Amino acid sequence: MNHSLYLIILLPLLGFLLNGLLLGRLKKGFVSFIACASVGLSFVWGVKVFFELLAMPEGARAIQETLFTWIPAGQFQVDFSLLFDPLSSVMVLVVAGVSFIIHIYSIGYMHDDPGFGRYFTYLNLFVFAMLTLVLADNYLLMFVGWEGVGLCSYLLIGFWFEKKSASDAGKKAFIVNRIGDFGFLIGLFIIFWQVGSLNYADVFARAPEVFAVGGGVITAATLLLFLGATGKSAQIPLFVWLPDAMEGPTPVSALIHAATMVTAGVYMIARSNVLFMMAPTTLAVVAIVGLATALMAATIALAQNDIKRVLAYSTISQLGYMFAACGVAAFAAGIFHLMTHAFFKALLFLGSGSVIHAMAGQQDMRYMGGLKKQQPATFVTFFIATLAIAGIPGFSGFFSKDEILWKSFSSDFGSPILWAVGLFTAILTAFYMFRLVYLTFYGEGRMDNHTKAHLHESPKVMTVPLMVLAVLSVIGGYVGIPHVLGGSNRFEQFLHPVMTGLHGGADTSEHVLTSAGHSAGTELTLMIGSVVLILIAIYMAYYLYLKNIDLAGRIRNNLSGVHALLHGKYFVDEIYGALIIRPLINGSLFLWKIIDVFVIDGIANGLASIVGDISTGVRPVQTGTMRTYATMILAGAVVLIGYFIIR
Amino acid sequence: MDIRSAAIDLGLISPEIIILASAMVVLLLGTVLKSRGLMAFLSLLGLVVGLVLVLQQWSQPQSGYYGMVLKDNFSVFFSVVFIMTAIITLLMARDYLIAKHIDRHEFYTLLMFSTVGMMLMAGSTDLVVIFLGLEIMSVPLYVMAGMNKIDPKSNESGIKYFMIGAFASSFLVFGIALLYGASGTTDLRRIMADFSFLKMQSELLLYSGALLVMTGFAFKVAAVPFHMWVPDVYEGAPTPVTGFFSVGPKAAGFAALLRICVYGFSGMAELTAVFWLLAVLTMVVGNVLAIFQNNIKRMLAYSSIAHAGYILVALTAGGEGAVSSAVYYLLAYMFFNLGGFTIVTIIDSRTGSNSQIDEIKGLAGRHPYLASLLALFMFALAGFPPTAGFMGKFYIFSEAVRNGFVWLTVIAVMNSLVSVFYYLRVVVAAFFGKPDQEFSPVSFSPALFIALLVTAVGTLALGCFPGYWLELSQMSMFPII
Repeated sequence: MNHSLYLIILLPLLGFLLNGLLLGRLKKGFVSFIACASVGLSFVWGVKVFFELLAMPEGARAIQETLFTWIPAGQFQVDFSLLFDPLSSVMVLVVAGVSFIIHIYSIGYMHDDPGFGRYFTYLNLFVFAMLTLVLADNYLLMFVGWEGVGLCSYLLIGFWFEKKSASDAGKKAFIVNRIGDFGFLIGLFIIFWQVGSLNYADVFARAPEVFAVGGGVITAATLLLFLGATGKSAQIPLFVWLPDAMEGPTPVSALIHAATMVTAGVYMIARSNVLFMMAPTTLAVVAIVGLATALMAATIALAQNDIKRVLAYSTISQLGYMFAACGVAAFAAGIFHLMTHAFFKALLFLGSGSVIHAMAGQQDMRYMGGLKKQQPATFVTFFIATLAIAGIPGFSGFFSKDEILWKSFSSDFGSPILWAVGLFTAILTAFYMFRLVYLTFYGEGRMDNHTKAHLHESPKVMTVPLMVLAVLSVIGGYVGIPHVLGGSNRFEQFLHPVMTGLHGGADTSEHVLTSAGHSAGTELTLMIGSVVLILIAIYMAYYLYLKNIDLAGRIRNNLSGVHALLHGKYFVDEIYGALIIRPLINGSLFLWKIIDVFVIDGIANGLASIVGDISTGVRPVQTGTMRTYATMILAGAVVLIGYFIIR
Repeated sequence: MDIRSAAIDLGLISPEIIILASAMVVLLLGTVLKSRGLMAFLSLLGLVVGLVLVLQQWSQPQSGYYGMVLKDNFSVFFSVVFIMTAIITLLMARDYLIAKHIDRHEFYTLLMFSTVGMMLMAGSTDLVVIFLGLEIMSVPLYVMAGMNKIDPKSNESGIKYFMIGAFASSFLVFGIALLYGASGTTDLRRIMADFSFLKMQSELLLYSGALLVMTGFAFKVAAVPFHMWVPDVYEGAPTPVTGFFSVGPKAAGFAALLRICVYGFSGMAELTAVFWLLAVLTMVVGNVLAIFQNNIKRMLAYSSIAHAGYILVALTAGGEGAVSSAVYYLLAYMFFNLGGFTIVTIIDSRTGSNSQIDEIKGLAGRHPYLASLLALFMFALAGFPPTAGFMGKFYIFSEAVRNGFVWLTVIAVMNSLVSVFYYLRVVVAAFFGKPDQEFSPVSFSPALFIALLVTAVGTLALGCFPGYWLELSQMSMFPII
């Protein structure tokens, strides 16, 4: 049966080409129509294929489509082929769906921007690249998408490039990502060197024969892959670019730097679960780095005043959760949280965009307040998303976060310490998110009178996407109700084939399933306990930032050292600056002033003058007279034949 | 495989017949009708119909006329390249010819005659037919080179090309005569079948004949030291004609060389050394002399010599993989070289132009799309990914390494590096050069747009999705004899 998978990536590509080639010649309405329609149709097609996938028997749910042989070079052959299995189907639906909603929202948000056409062109290119990344059936094609989304991210962060901070942020994101990409690429080289193929099916099938479990090679390869993931998904040590990426337009932050692109690392690790399962050391590193990032980012978020920065650190923190899930071999839980997070985080960003829109560009929460009266729709939807991210029962975030916490406690690779750190981070998350809500929407307005007079609810084209996302943020979790609450965790079951070595390789789910050894009572106790603690955190936020706002100030003053540390984001940027960037600049200056000018230029100029001398020597032969030309032909023929005679 | 060899089958040569007939019709109608646009259109029509007919012959190897005409995939592939070259040349030439007041219908006729000659060259295993094809191809070329009668340089170009071409042809005929003397036949298939016997019986005659034949074709593909006519002829000829020269006859020459030397004389291992030497000389001389050219046509002339050198690397490596990489390269080279020439033609169409690189300065400011395309073609010529130029070189070099010619590959790669300098010089001039006076705008017609579209799409398609095209070129190898 032909599923025409290629349409899913072809449509956004066509949108990109149309808008890109006719840039500046189309009316705004037409540009946004092309952009939205191409992504929307791509989503619709994704849904259609998804249902076709569901109709297949559980064990055989994988659609593979080879479009053409992309690079044939002797032994090394890469096909341009796509794979639609449960894992990539979830990613396709999330990416295309959320992208479509954000495309719609952007029509309103970017309406008065002079770069309207350019914006939608980049956005379509991004969707194309991201869908290529998740649909690829081999690592090389995935890498193409991986680089493609990196490029689009750079272009969109620096979208307002005339602003220096924006173009700097774009460069920073690009360079930091390059470091990760470098690791990823080396990891791929190792895999290719050992396995002789980059096809998922081949790699996963042959991995158990080629690699020893826990061996040095597989550990190195997976660690390098993970380095790539830390770059793209903003984990320690490469997370520094994401907060700065908020310089881009807010819908871009929602789409690329919250909902989709930054999850590429999580997807890549979940996709490579067979490899990671063979390297327990790497898994431990992934779990620890993930949770450390989650905790660190959450603490930083406590002390930020810029509404988008709080959300940015919250994103880093939530991505940390997803990695923690992968690190305890609960890949399905990681993807589950990826999905619910995509809904509520996109909603949070778009909601903050609506707020910023109303505040005429003001992003500092200290100058906001009381907005729930002027922006009821934004407020209600934002509040729902906050409940979801805080993990209040009944909202999507509760199911996915609880799943991760439980797995980090109960999995073979988990431990109570991981669980405790995760829980503490969850409490912090609830606290800083409600701090944000109270400062922004409650209390008295602290903006100046001019801004106050202009406060308004955003237009329908922006609020309707918010409502759609709000619905998703509530119901998104019900596909994965855990057993202990009477559900059957359909989501995990659905992903099960991908995690059980359907494509060959080890069954990675059994380690997690052994968690059945823990009693349901323990699970329920932990769940209720964490909910109670989260509610307490919310009350504290309410008490500090609404009821008794002076107390918050006093605490800040008493803990001024801690506050400075958190507000200054642990000064990681400054440390990197002193340790890496300064020496690099000095080293480059040395290379340029000394090595390049004297040595390289010397050699190059020397070579050039040698070539020039040769040429002056040869050129007289090119006399322009035919007699010489004919003589040369004759001489050439005579030499050739003479060589054979005297040979 | 069913090869009907004796049949007199007009269907077999229907593409040639159609193109020849169109050429005749244009020649005759042109004397009574004034509309040159109609002539151009008729010629285009003839060529397109010819192309369609050729494509019908893909994967149906047939032979006819007592073995003198052979339509295997190899000849079909090359015929497609020739006809495409003619079509693109026609599309790019029209505006130039009008601007230079040389819009004569003979141009179209000659173009088609020449194309038919090339098709015969690629579609036969008989040396006499190949020679006939060569002459049918060459004589129109001489006239086309001298078409701009009021331009002394064009006259010089035509005369020089004719004299030297006739001189080189004599080597070819003499070689064929010696081969006939050695073997009693001019059919490559029979020479190949009896090769070991013939070698024992009359080695000197056989080898001298083979080398002289090689000399004749080395002249056509502009291998050093048989290349000296190239810069003068290319510079003087009308620019679209130069574009045609740099692709069509070169591809035809290589088609003949591949069929004769790599397959027909596959028993002559000694030829490898000759090809090695020719390849190195051709690459080095072409690239080094290209650096010092200020005239863009002369620069592209040396560049075309250098590209012949890269293809000779594939011929040196020998074997099926190497040959298919050479075929792939010729297809790729057709796209990006003709694309480059289309842009040079557009710029040359302005009055007072004499093709200096300095005249390109400021192109990007005035025509950003055109400048971007120029950059694309120059990057392709220099061999950057993701263009066809990169993939073409990549396949040739990897085949050479696979067959053990490591040093040759090193030399080729270094040459390729050198070439970056002079190609980028053009790009730099277009994007960063300050024009002395304001860049006078160029005119643009739908025909030029189509020519640019086809060449640009081809350049990118072969670079980004090489798999499909490589498969085609691999299929073009069987059955070659």
